[in-house]
Amino acid sequence: MPIGSDIPRIDGMEKLQGTAQYVDDLQIEGLWHGATIRSPAARGKITGIHFDPSINWDEFVVVDHRDIPGPNEVIFIEKEEPALAALEVRHRHEPVLLIAHPSISALRRARQAIRVDIDPLPAVFDPRQPLTPQTIQYGDDNVFKRIDIRKGDPQAAFENAAHIIEGEYETGSQEHIYIETQGMVAHREDGQLVIRGSMQCPFYVLKSLEHFFGRPPEAFRVIQTPIGGGFGGKEDYPSILAIHAALLAEKAGAPVKIVYDRTEDMAATTKRHPSWVRHRTAVDADGRLLAMEIDVLLDGGAYVTLSPVVLSRAVIHAAGPYDCEHIHIHGEVRLTNTPPNGAFRGFGAPQTQFATERHMDVIAAELGIDPVELRRRNLLRTGQTTATEQVMRDKVNLPALMDRGLELADYAQRQRQFARDNTEHPYLRRGIGFATFYHGAGFTGSGETVLASEVWVEGLPDGRFMVLTANTDMGQGTITILTQIAAEALGVNEQEVIIATPDTSRVPNSGPTVASRTAMVVGRLIERACGDLADRAEVKGAGGAALQQAIRDWHSGNPDQRLLGKAKHQSPKGLKWNEDTYRGDAYAAFAWATYVATVEVDLRTYGVRVTDFVALQEVGKVIHPTLARGQIAGGVVQAIGWALTEEVVMKEGAMANNQMTNYIIPASGDLPPIRVYFEEQPSQFGPGGAKGIGELPMDGPAPAIINAVCDALGAQINTIPLTPERLMTILDGTNNER
Amino acid sequence: MNSRFELSFILNGHEITRTVPTDARLLDVLRYDCRCTGTKEGCGEGECGACAVLLDGLPVNSCLVPAFQAAGCRVETVESVAPEFAAKLNATGTSQCGACTPGIVITALWLADHPEVLRQISLREFMSGNLCRCTGYDGVIEGVASVVSEKK
Repeated sequence: MPIGSDIPRIDGMEKLQGTAQYVDDLQIEGLWHGATIRSPAARGKITGIHFDPSINWDEFVVVDHRDIPGPNEVIFIEKEEPALAALEVRHRHEPVLLIAHPSISALRRARQAIRVDIDPLPAVFDPRQPLTPQTIQYGDDNVFKRIDIRKGDPQAAFENAAHIIEGEYETGSQEHIYIETQGMVAHREDGQLVIRGSMQCPFYVLKSLEHFFGRPPEAFRVIQTPIGGGFGGKEDYPSILAIHAALLAEKAGAPVKIVYDRTEDMAATTKRHPSWVRHRTAVDADGRLLAMEIDVLLDGGAYVTLSPVVLSRAVIHAAGPYDCEHIHIHGEVRLTNTPPNGAFRGFGAPQTQFATERHMDVIAAELGIDPVELRRRNLLRTGQTTATEQVMRDKVNLPALMDRGLELADYAQRQRQFARDNTEHPYLRRGIGFATFYHGAGFTGSGETVLASEVWVEGLPDGRFMVLTANTDMGQGTITILTQIAAEALGVNEQEVIIATPDTSRVPNSGPTVASRTAMVVGRLIERACGDLADRAEVKGAGGAALQQAIRDWHSGNPDQRLLGKAKHQSPKGLKWNEDTYRGDAYAAFAWATYVATVEVDLRTYGVRVTDFVALQEVGKVIHPTLARGQIAGGVVQAIGWALTEEVVMKEGAMANNQMTNYIIPASGDLPPIRVYFEEQPSQFGPGGAKGIGELPMDGPAPAIINAVCDALGAQINTIPLTPERLMTILDGTNNER
Repeated sequence: MNSRFELSFILNGHEITRTVPTDARLLDVLRYDCRCTGTKEGCGEGECGACAVLLDGLPVNSCLVPAFQAAGCRVETVESVAPEFAAKLNATGTSQCGACTPGIVITALWLADHPEVLRQISLREFMSGNLCRCTGYDGVIEGVASVVSEKK
């Protein structure tokens, strides 16, 4: 059966042989190169733009805001981010001008020869800092979005609590470091403006072009080229880049390619929202959670972009996979004069679950309870409700999942051994820690209903099949798993199925490739479209060779026509979500996990090394074992980087360490093998029972690792990244960290 | 620097000559002048290894090699890899997004011819010059281990 089998990755060979054509690989005749001139200051009025007269500017195409035909707005959730700054800038590196030239070396010289003068205005760099009338730039308080989740009556519960435990937790920004930087090509072809590039969501780009240029969708064709990594960094930013390339291409009357080099990409594009989370928790003498008050603050950067939905996911996951009757979660995401933050794998949930899982260990320590017992007494059981009062319907036994994870990591035995080792070793301290957590798949609440995704499965004249979706492979394996899902539904071998390239002129809008929705939501649509195809070929319920023959027969009787099976998203029955009160079924399905980290701290260098990692998760159904393990291992390692080494150093409102030499992502020599284990409790919502897994592995490693470090050192550490410098400061006591 | 010069070298077994800018990097010559786009640019400063090629049989970061240094040399890129070699790597999930993949293939090719190096350094240490953001490295390590032991 295709689902569950380890077929060779379909796009693997072209990547391994170097033949996959990424946007910067495309050979385009008459190509010009484009570049962006950006604000040197974090906030202020543009007073002048100077072009060095030693350059012959007649050879160049120059675009500024006056060239914009319609609204100077890049549409995301709101319309307030300009494509090019007109009078004022709100962050360093904000795009002001675009230039293009046929020669890339001439372009590079020209970039250095333009000066943008800014008359500074007071800037906000910390979302916690008090505001003045001069620093308010959005609404009346710089708050992009507020959300409150209320359950029960926390006030009353606090009054009667045996113990109240508080904690403050902080997580830093993170840069995606997709190995392929952002890139886009625009050119006119057959009366359309054709955009090719590295993007997770072709229809998001299409929508932004329609709005910006004031033209209908048919005026454009947006085609995804192979993506060398996304992680959310190519969810929203490509809309800006596509508009820039399009503006230059139209003015130049030639194809224009814009590819960012690494330093520009790191400094100017979106990053993970930094967070500050405060917990105040009422517990009884046995550590049962009576009430939780959680305050979540995110730094959104200079424009709204996706911040409201990042906050949404952050607050929904903030109380963790625990049973608690009385909860108030208050979340805000605020403006700062820094490059806008955006989507990054996990999308708010890693930030709040770092806080929750650290806080559970803090509670355990204060009460003198074993952190394992604390989880056991509070993990959700089937029938209990989450913070939004969603009933836990999965039959997963979370305490048993936790026990299995701990067993796989030899937790109890190691912890005892380390306690002994730590008293003897002159400078190494070993520790083990864990996190129990969850992640909702698909868009929140009614989001999937609003997306109204559609998928087609075509029966080709030769009896093979083509799956047409807008969903992109950015390395996670979309092409392969959608092939497997379709092959299973059609009853044929995977070789009979082709996945169409996401091209907005050819495929229906099946929604963005985000939110861990592809396998579950889009996969389910493919199953239904396969059924619809059989109906239309008048062989209802048939599959395999019989279906293929029926399709060939149909084509004989209907020459030059297409046979398309279609499916449109249907809201799962029985799920209810109230967007105003933030109550109800936030997600159709959750994946559940326990991760266990073993660490070694070197007190000579303050370096923390992960020496073993167990990642155990319940995911419904594993569609492709190697790809699924790859997703989990990749996410775990990305989260290890976020926890220990990836520090975004901000100076004057922009990233100062915007190079791979001084922004440190993990290398193979830094890591142990990531031991990945799956459990499967098939969900009714996904093909074969599959739920989403792409973002889940980002939520657990950071708290598991820091819990392990705290175990090793007998300290309480509540901030990441825990770089050696930060650990040294904490241990030396010059910082008043709790 | 605006001048150009004539550069001749042996690319994947074939003699080629191109007129290139004096300040070109070997990476630029391969990707833009030779249209051999398999080799990728990840960082431009020799940190990530995505641009790795074999220069007279040694793995180098081609973003750090001035093109003139390759004059008269043998250059081998990912395009020269045998399909069977690539297929073995594919089986373990060595490649996900593919951006770091060409550099990893080059390193694996060299290591397969010099497995004795692994007596002095672990495979994980050795592969640390090739950064990957997608795989978490386990698929890469398993894949490279499978082609190295095979050659032994």
